[in-house]
Amino acid sequence: MTARPEREQEVLDRIESFRRRKASLREERVTMAHGAGGKATQTLIQAVFLEAFRNPLLEPLEDQAVFALNGSRLACTTDSFVVSPLFFPGGDVGDLAVNGTVNDLAVAGARPLYLTAGFILEEGFATADLERIAGSMARAAAEAGVQIVTGDTKVVQRGKADGCFINTSGIGVIESGIRLGATRVKPGDAILVSGPIGDHGITIMLARGELDLVSDIRSDTAPLHGLVDSLLGATGEVRCMRDATRGGVATILNEIAAAAGVSMVVDENAVPVRAEVRGACEILGIDPLYVACEGRMVVFVAGDSAGEALRALQSHPLGRGAAVIGSVREDPPGLVLLKTQFGGTRIVDMLVGDPLPRIC
Amino acid sequence: MRFVDEFRDRKIARDLGAEIARLARPGRQYKFMEVCGGHTHTIYKHGIEDYLPQNVTLVHGPGCPVCVIPMGRIDDAMFIARQPGVTLTCFGDMMRVPGGSGSFLDASAGGADVRMVYSPLDALRVAQRNPDRHVVFMAIGFETTAPSTALTLLRAAADNASNFSVFCNHVTIVPAIKAILDSPDLRLDGFLGPGHVSTVIGCRPYQFIAQEFARPVVVAGFEPLDVLDSVRLLLKQLEEGRCEVENQYTRVVPWDGNAKAIEVIRRTMELRPHFEWRGLGFISQSALRLREEFARFDAERIFRLPGVRVADPKACQCGEVLKGVLKPWECKVFGTACTPETPIGTCMVSSEGACAAYYNFGRFSRERMQEVVR
Amino acid sequence: MCLAIPGQIERLIPGTDLATADVSGVKRNINIGLVEPEGIAPGDWVLIHVGFAMSKIDEEEARTSLEFLQTMGQAFADEMAAMQQKPPGESG
Repeated sequence: MTARPEREQEVLDRIESFRRRKASLREERVTMAHGAGGKATQTLIQAVFLEAFRNPLLEPLEDQAVFALNGSRLACTTDSFVVSPLFFPGGDVGDLAVNGTVNDLAVAGARPLYLTAGFILEEGFATADLERIAGSMARAAAEAGVQIVTGDTKVVQRGKADGCFINTSGIGVIESGIRLGATRVKPGDAILVSGPIGDHGITIMLARGELDLVSDIRSDTAPLHGLVDSLLGATGEVRCMRDATRGGVATILNEIAAAAGVSMVVDENAVPVRAEVRGACEILGIDPLYVACEGRMVVFVAGDSAGEALRALQSHPLGRGAAVIGSVREDPPGLVLLKTQFGGTRIVDMLVGDPLPRIC
Repeated sequence: MRFVDEFRDRKIARDLGAEIARLARPGRQYKFMEVCGGHTHTIYKHGIEDYLPQNVTLVHGPGCPVCVIPMGRIDDAMFIARQPGVTLTCFGDMMRVPGGSGSFLDASAGGADVRMVYSPLDALRVAQRNPDRHVVFMAIGFETTAPSTALTLLRAAADNASNFSVFCNHVTIVPAIKAILDSPDLRLDGFLGPGHVSTVIGCRPYQFIAQEFARPVVVAGFEPLDVLDSVRLLLKQLEEGRCEVENQYTRVVPWDGNAKAIEVIRRTMELRPHFEWRGLGFISQSALRLREEFARFDAERIFRLPGVRVADPKACQCGEVLKGVLKPWECKVFGTACTPETPIGTCMVSSEGACAAYYNFGRFSRERMQEVVR
Repeated sequence: MCLAIPGQIERLIPGTDLATADVSGVKRNINIGLVEPEGIAPGDWVLIHVGFAMSKIDEEEARTSLEFLQTMGQAFADEMAAMQQKPPGESG
């Protein structure tokens, strides 16, 4: 075990400087990994879209853009929904399409106001299914207090779209005084999640039917604007909120750690996971930290406001299972560490590829 | 979760760690090889090394069946996947393994029908549900998985499946361990035996390690306490001057293995005269192929595979990592040209590979991590 | 290839070599062909790997192993306590 710390530090430095290099896309073709929400997605976004569109509002690559207009601060966001299967326990693509966009506005501290809805339909798609989806969207919009005010419909030939793809964009208004963002996160802050993680991703994986697993797990899709209001009403010390979708909680922690230049320590025992989600993850060899949610937020608050924030979340029906899962540290910047169930330590890196069921 | 959480108990871990520290003589270095990739993964995932004293090191061995598949065999599989009307099915780990011309993920992007399955029986079901396609299952794994492929073949035969075949890449663990022991590069003090392989082959096959090579072996389970307890048992053997094969994983591993599992393997497969292992070269009697009677399910007989030997990329040092000669971070391309997103070799891609485990979980020095977490 | 997970047999599926197993509330049909000779009944725990039961978990052995680990910790703690009670100057 000679010269280990120095040698390791050298390797670490090598890795970090390599990562800081400009994102470049090596692949000639898009692969499924580019859609998983992890490193490949980030690289694609930075190398292709950021390169082409570059502007100050886009640079932060947050889930929404915030800008001032005539004295008001507005947030706008967009999201596309290509989930398969379209209907699953706990909801359908319509619920996701509304709640997903509402949540991207809500976590910026914005009151969601108006949504657009664009549909790409496959020739042969059952109109009864389309009505069902529209019904879900209407209900979800009413629950979220938003109106779907404009949209678009296209049809493509059989085989060119998996039934029904939906894009929604949303506009919301941010009340004065609310300033949230990844760069506001500081050492000493507390990290909370609003409830058990991984429900949605596992529900979808099981609903595909290929894995032959059966359980009662349901998607956690839900609009979070009410929960956000509860939280912001209880404490003014919220730094940043993100809804945990593709790539899971681990992806958010890594993105924020990198953007804010801080490190984070998470206690595995403190992370709420339903027993069935845990069971499915153990069978498939996936880590729940990387599994998508659709109705959960990760919240960063000032350290001494953690108790207040937790109570505010828990007092709301959608936040009953909320928990403090870790804290923000200074050093080393960009790294997320986990104190494992077993008491050991390990890194939680950004997701690579898709959380493929591990067999080995 | 029963039989899982109890074996992840922190308090027992602390006590075990203290006992290990007591048994490990100061001033002496102990190097134990954990042969099985599953052990590599669990060690890093749970941060087990935090409980070991500085003078006890765990060295990672070649027990990652994905890691040891040579690039040429991946290319053969890609060839199969690209045949018209063929659906290639495989375990999740295989999707990103790089061959000479890309991975299965790339093949899928290029239009090939590659599907991930959890079980070989699922692959057979895909064949039953898609009679117009020929479904090939890429079978990988040590003796743990071979019986499952075997039972699937027997079911395919019983069902008279006509559109299903297996591309068999099963390998056996003992020749790999022997290759390690024969290698002059390593000074090992003992072995953590592969717990799940042993549910099939039992504990007897490792006796040659103790008898001929004078190294103790403890057949180890995969929960963190199993690993720690196995290290303790190895140290105890050394302390007491014993050298034998011990079974730590008694709740699951029968000393004599699983006769039925061995029987179904023998009924459907036979040993190849030799097989190329990535990093270890050609090893005789180390891999399985389908018996003549199951020729109609043998992808190697159905398809005319290129069968080209592809040399590992010059920069790749997977071989030395697999033998435990190099630590992952000692490989020249670790973390720069070779990363989980852009892997050059299999050690970085397979979730059991030492490099992947180290990069994803343990790359930060233990000392620093413990400082931060405190 | 080592990922295997303990699961509890819920019921056997007659006329097949399959059984429904439960892992923390998630159910899957698994093939019990490899452990059938041992005799499998609902309530038994098995080790599941790629959809097959590999081995029946010996609950008694599991309990004994854990108990031993727990008492080892206790014995160690007792020894430490005893050492601390020895008069200074005497080694343990």
